[in-house]
Amino acid sequence: MLYKLSGLLVLSLLFAACSQTQETTLANGLRVIVREDHRSPVVVSQIWYKVGSQDEPEGITGVSHVLEHMMFKGTPKHGPNEFSRIIAENGGRENAFTSYDYTAYFQQLEKSRLPIAFELEADRMQNLLLADEEFRKEIQVVMEERRWRTDDQPESLVQEKFMATAYQVHPYKHPVIGWMADLQAMKFKQAQDWYQRWYNPANAILVVVGDVKPSAVFAQAKQYFASVPARTLPTRSDVSEPVQKSERRVHVAAPAEVPYILLGYHTPVHTSVIQNKDAEWEPYALSVLAGVLDGGQASRFERELVRERKIAASVDVDYSAIARSPGIFAIDATPANGYAIADLEKAIRAQIERVKNEPVSAEELKRVKAQVVASNVFSRDSGFYQAMQIGQLSAVGLDWRLLEDYPKRLQAVTAEQIQAVARKYFVDSNLTVAILDPQPIDKAKRRPSTHMRGGDVR
Amino acid sequence: MFGNTLTRGLCATARLPLPLGEGMRVRVVRFGMWILTLCFIAFIPQAEATPKIQHWSLANGARVYFVETHELPMLQIQAVFDAGSSRDPADKAGVARLATALFDEGTGELTTDDIASRFEGLGAEFGASADRDMAMVHLRSLSDSALLDPALDLYARILAAPSFPQASLDRIRAQTLIGLQKDMQSPGAIADKTFYRELYGNHPYARDTAGDEASLKTITREDLINYHKRYYVGANAWLVIVGDVSRRQAKRIAERLVGQLPAGQAATPMPLPTSPSTARVQRVNFPATQNHILIGQPGIQRGDADYFPLFVGNYILGGGGLVSRLAVEVREKKGLSYSVYSYFLPLRVPGPFMLGLQTKNTQSEQALKLAREVLADFVAKGPTAAELEAAKKYITGSFPLRLDSNAKIAENLAVIAFYGLPLTYLDDFIGHVQAVNIEQIRDAFKRRIHPDTMLTVIVGGQR
Repeated sequence: MLYKLSGLLVLSLLFAACSQTQETTLANGLRVIVREDHRSPVVVSQIWYKVGSQDEPEGITGVSHVLEHMMFKGTPKHGPNEFSRIIAENGGRENAFTSYDYTAYFQQLEKSRLPIAFELEADRMQNLLLADEEFRKEIQVVMEERRWRTDDQPESLVQEKFMATAYQVHPYKHPVIGWMADLQAMKFKQAQDWYQRWYNPANAILVVVGDVKPSAVFAQAKQYFASVPARTLPTRSDVSEPVQKSERRVHVAAPAEVPYILLGYHTPVHTSVIQNKDAEWEPYALSVLAGVLDGGQASRFERELVRERKIAASVDVDYSAIARSPGIFAIDATPANGYAIADLEKAIRAQIERVKNEPVSAEELKRVKAQVVASNVFSRDSGFYQAMQIGQLSAVGLDWRLLEDYPKRLQAVTAEQIQAVARKYFVDSNLTVAILDPQPIDKAKRRPSTHMRGGDVR
Repeated sequence: MFGNTLTRGLCATARLPLPLGEGMRVRVVRFGMWILTLCFIAFIPQAEATPKIQHWSLANGARVYFVETHELPMLQIQAVFDAGSSRDPADKAGVARLATALFDEGTGELTTDDIASRFEGLGAEFGASADRDMAMVHLRSLSDSALLDPALDLYARILAAPSFPQASLDRIRAQTLIGLQKDMQSPGAIADKTFYRELYGNHPYARDTAGDEASLKTITREDLINYHKRYYVGANAWLVIVGDVSRRQAKRIAERLVGQLPAGQAATPMPLPTSPSTARVQRVNFPATQNHILIGQPGIQRGDADYFPLFVGNYILGGGGLVSRLAVEVREKKGLSYSVYSYFLPLRVPGPFMLGLQTKNTQSEQALKLAREVLADFVAKGPTAAELEAAKKYITGSFPLRLDSNAKIAENLAVIAFYGLPLTYLDDFIGHVQAVNIEQIRDAFKRRIHPDTMLTVIVGGQR
């Protein structure tokens, strides 16, 4: 969920030095990337599958995420939930996550336990048992997750509706967790087919970061994963979103107390422009622009909209240059008391006009670039994030070596380039606006009622 | 992009292994990183990996905890004060939080804009916050002295003499009020607030850390100045330094940052909360698809004699992520909830023991009944030998993960410092965990955890 991330934070997560990173590919197509970090006797292992909600056809939205849940339900060798039990007994932490572009599984362990994670991941990469009984329970868990994340959260509902409006053709229009009706209708066979189709060594990337030697990790990876049979990958449908022709607006009515607005423009990402010499710099300029607008307390939005004009209680920018398909440069905000959503929208759009009309100052650029340098160091404090950076880049089809040049590329962005991307993408016909219309939460109903219960608990 | 990453489990005391972009989500979920830090003090089994804690005191009473690490050219500073929201004056709930929120709004002739552009121009990160016990003032900077020195200088000025501008107070108060309104549209936040309010009654832990609408409106600039004067003093201060400086440098830094504060007086002892004598159910109707259920009672304090049996036992009951009894019975076997957990939040005086879950409205009674059965069964019978063995393996085996970054080392040192845990706490921890046996867990749970007199909060209804 990136919606609250400031531009700065997005920057801070991007970079890690890559000098101690090595890569190999097994005969069955599995890529293995290892980065040394010897500060602590620990290791993180992540396996990334290049399949996410954007690969899902209509009617089975959410199946990638459902399959992610099912991946813990066992193989002939290991029963349901045993994966988690074994990792826990080895002092490990583990979890998994699904996004539009990928599905990933990870373990964090004391370094000598790495082969345990490899053995389990290799097993469930090829031998997953998808029993109907387990599926019927787990789909209920996923529906609870959807209620908890989205249905009972007014701002999440706005974000879901925003994506379904900004995208009309590309599957980014569907939520990662899936539409409730699709979840209700889903059959275990569909998850099984999804597994057969996408869980393949040639569609996976193994990323290991920690107190390890690449040569030793390559040997262990070979030992456990080389026997997973290679299969042919299905072809991906490559849908592109048609150019938006006019501004789109959508309102969401939900029980809420505070209004909320979300504005977003379609913008390129590295994957969409990397082959294009004339545009490959654009995502860097957009990243720095996000920092100028919302990179900390000195940024324009905080300084001018929150502190000086006091028109916003909060305002945040979200832009990520790392995705498989073109994304959104988004601004979301809550008005300060006394201001209507319309006032706030006007003020935000005036800010947008300003970055189009005048170049950002040298001081603003200098500040963002100082943050880039520091963030580059701070991000190396976490082995997990270093693995995330490598995995995310690789999973969306970029070369992780991009990381080496990343700080340099951001430092090279000029005020003219920032103005150019603002002029090119921040146009009304490319804009989608989603607004929360708060509906009363019945005060009378909400009043607490207490009744005593003596010894009848249980 | 929106909703782009879903994790399989968000388990309160287990872990929130959050990928890119999930950062803020942690705060939306009530069980943030703080609980992780407070519930589990970390340590590393291998001698060579244990951070060497250097400790000294300053003339004004402030206590310094320093770990020297040179792998990365950065420095982490965490000043901690016994000035959390439980120290709010009775009719001024919200002062502690507002004070921390206003630190970077002005000092001397420097304005909010000056402070922001100075810190950010150096690439430094400054932040301050308060929970129920602690107020924390944080700085992260590169260790290059051209960047570090001005950042430390500014930090020291802010800590010693924040100006608390009236305009900033008005603005941040208004933002806080909007935050409270947003909480009222979240069934999870309503459940949490109701739980603390009903469980702690007249005790300071009952109040919301952000304050409430009525109290916030009465808070003046004078209140913040007085609060700072009373609590931000040497006798009430602990300073944690982790990173790329020598001991000599650290000594100078400590003097500069907190050594100049007046000695003052330590905060008075926190009163003990009373435990409920009868079971009670508090229902809050709210238009949501799910019911949010919290069950609990006051639990344990830091340094409690029963800490280790309860801590290890709770891992088995509901702390162990998706392998705990609650997760297996409620989620894995029945599919009733995405998240189900229990935890102890050990504070200065007993913080809550809490069991929580969310489930769709129609199966609320079923899930509540099952969770209560699992709890009562565990309290009555304790764990099995296999469960205890597995718990010990996880807790001891995962310790290297709890100290594998400067940031985590600093968080752990802050807890050790603030709660006066021994300097050998990390070294002794595995021994304490290994020594726990089934009988101790059963005994501690029977004496301390009372399923028959717990508070139950249920928030939800129809939508």
